[in-house]
Amino acid sequence: MEPITGAEILVRCLKDEGVEYLFGYPGGSVLHIYDELYKQEDVKHILVRHEQGAVHAADGYSRASGKPGVVLVTSGPGVTNAVTGIATAYMDSIPLVVFSGQVPTALIGNDAFQEVDTVGITRPCVKHNFLVKDVRLLAETVKKAFYIAMTGRPGPVLVDLPKDITITKTEYHYPKKVKLRSYNPTVKGHAGQIRKAVDMILSAKRPMLYTGGGVVLGDGSAELVELTQLLGYPITQTLMGLGAYPATDKQFIGMLGMHGTYEANMAMHECDTLIAIGARFDDRVTGKIDKFCPTARIVHVDIDPSSISKNVKVDIPIVGSVPNVLRAMINVIRDEKLKPDAEALTQWWRQIDEWRKVESLRYRPSTEVIKPQFVVEKLYQVTEGQAIITSDVGQHQMWAAQYYLFDRPRQWINSGGLGTMGFGLPAAMGAKFAFPDQDVACITGDGSIQMMLQELATMKQYNTPVKIINLNNGYLGMVRQWQEFFYQKRYSMTYFEALPNFVMLAEAYGHVGMKVEKPGDVEGALREAFAMKDRTVFLDFVTDPGENVFPMIPSGGGQNEMLLAERDEMVSTHEEGMVLV
Amino acid sequence: MNNSNRHVISILMENESGALSRVANLFSARGYNIESLTVAPTDDPTLSRLTLVTSGNEQVIEQIVKQLNKLIDVVKLIDLSETDSIERELMLIKTKALGEQRAEMMRLSEIFGGHILDVTESTYTIELTGPGGKLDSFLRAIEKDAILEVVRSGATGIALGQKALHV
Repeated sequence: MEPITGAEILVRCLKDEGVEYLFGYPGGSVLHIYDELYKQEDVKHILVRHEQGAVHAADGYSRASGKPGVVLVTSGPGVTNAVTGIATAYMDSIPLVVFSGQVPTALIGNDAFQEVDTVGITRPCVKHNFLVKDVRLLAETVKKAFYIAMTGRPGPVLVDLPKDITITKTEYHYPKKVKLRSYNPTVKGHAGQIRKAVDMILSAKRPMLYTGGGVVLGDGSAELVELTQLLGYPITQTLMGLGAYPATDKQFIGMLGMHGTYEANMAMHECDTLIAIGARFDDRVTGKIDKFCPTARIVHVDIDPSSISKNVKVDIPIVGSVPNVLRAMINVIRDEKLKPDAEALTQWWRQIDEWRKVESLRYRPSTEVIKPQFVVEKLYQVTEGQAIITSDVGQHQMWAAQYYLFDRPRQWINSGGLGTMGFGLPAAMGAKFAFPDQDVACITGDGSIQMMLQELATMKQYNTPVKIINLNNGYLGMVRQWQEFFYQKRYSMTYFEALPNFVMLAEAYGHVGMKVEKPGDVEGALREAFAMKDRTVFLDFVTDPGENVFPMIPSGGGQNEMLLAERDEMVSTHEEGMVLV
Repeated sequence: MNNSNRHVISILMENESGALSRVANLFSARGYNIESLTVAPTDDPTLSRLTLVTSGNEQVIEQIVKQLNKLIDVVKLIDLSETDSIERELMLIKTKALGEQRAEMMRLSEIFGGHILDVTESTYTIELTGPGGKLDSFLRAIEKDAILEVVRSGATGIALGQKALHV
């Protein structure tokens, strides 16, 4: 076999791994790699405008498709710009493989031009990382990176490539499989634990299913639907879990947590048996931990043992992949013809229906000013609930989660864990690469959108038509809301006195811009925008600047201590809550 | 420190650059205590053995063990505090040794099973091994003013009986 350069090896690895898109940005340390990319057409390189955009785009591509997202950046600032994207993917367990250039091995540690300690900087926000010091280990390392990123609890893996490695030659051999003695994730749940869990689940009087992003990432949606409908139990999903169970089904009682529905949070608080699946008891879900599900016995299914009993002690832990464990549960229930307590369940549903009557997502409609919730509702209608929706971070993110009813997994894409403003637009572009024939919309705000605006140019270059739904209230709305509630309306640095003309801005990038100021124009504008199949349209909705996200559990509150719209205008939080975020 | 919360965790990990910093990083990132940490390659040069002394309640220790296991470079680990085990630490100590002190210091060293490695007109350098508590006792037994320098290796440990941590 003819020896080839490290750069050529890398590109061949990507081909052999079936990588379709590589999101990246060139620079000095990766020149050899870019030269190899130039010579071929199998791996399509997408030239972003900022490395953070590359990582978010790869992330959006991965979340939409289930495939790993792949990134290539240069050393130094290329890497530091990518860190926010990597941390975003890490917090939400998204499989990415990030290749970074590095100064030549002989210069490492010399404070060379565009040198940073990439492995050190990224260590806390990757599942694993590698520095390749010998070209003979390159192909195997790439294989390991993909394997680690995609298996177990997924996550980003970074491979740092010193420039000399990419020009040194060796023979190419891409291993079909790799085995790591130190890494062997548990997939199959323990049969004894599953049996015990089934008994506990079926003995419940007030059961509750609480499911998270693990169901989406583990492709366990079909099993979740089957089990939930077999049991007839109420189900709530986290922000990251939305779509895994259809939101339009009657057993779904809404998202839970800080901005969850009244019925979901009350049912969590009152349940006697909690079945947590692929969820990690995040502080946005639990509220005050010692007030969390005070009367519940807890079953927890998760592929990551360290997620179990981390925040909340559980009674029956099951380590395994969601579809695998749920399938085993379904089999036990069916084989033994087990039935839940029908009478208790009827009473429980009666109680839940009482809570539903509160209509916690009701908002005050207006014919004068556009309500942000109304825009999301109309978007849902116009797209017939079928669009892939990405969001940025803030009030608009919560309204998207509350008012767009997601019926399938991987339809809802947002930065839940890290809460990264700027995520939405590049993520939408990535999703569009994965599904060019589907409608993709990015719900954003005037704050978030300005953090990644430059990717509008990338979207023009590659013609990825996305509809941008800008809920423009002139404020950093979520922070403003907290200042209103907890800082006596001292709106410190949350009002943008200067905003760009978004319509002209969109046009400057070669897209279509539309400004919508009247509630009566919302639906028409959306229809017009979605009719333009091959254009990116920036819809700038001027919305009610004073609108708040309800329901809300203030920091330090229990799940049953929700504030509801139109009922609790003024609130305060106690001192203990003020130290929380 | 409450002794019942003290745990000696022994880890077998890939002997690769950066492996140690992954462990150290994990502890600082998650706010766990490290009382001591020792690391060296084993008879198998591809593996390092790391012994870490930490403290925390049951839930914290459970998380520490899980988080360590989650590190890709960690092959296996054992919480020695949960099994019959012995713990040893090496201490090198340089003391003053003048006049009557010389005989007294030598006698104490003998009682504690130490070895005098180096002698000068005015100093002794003593080697002592044992559980951490024994080394503490020795330091308490000698005159505080006599101590010139103390070096401790941190604890290492091994399970008793047939139980062995290997690949």
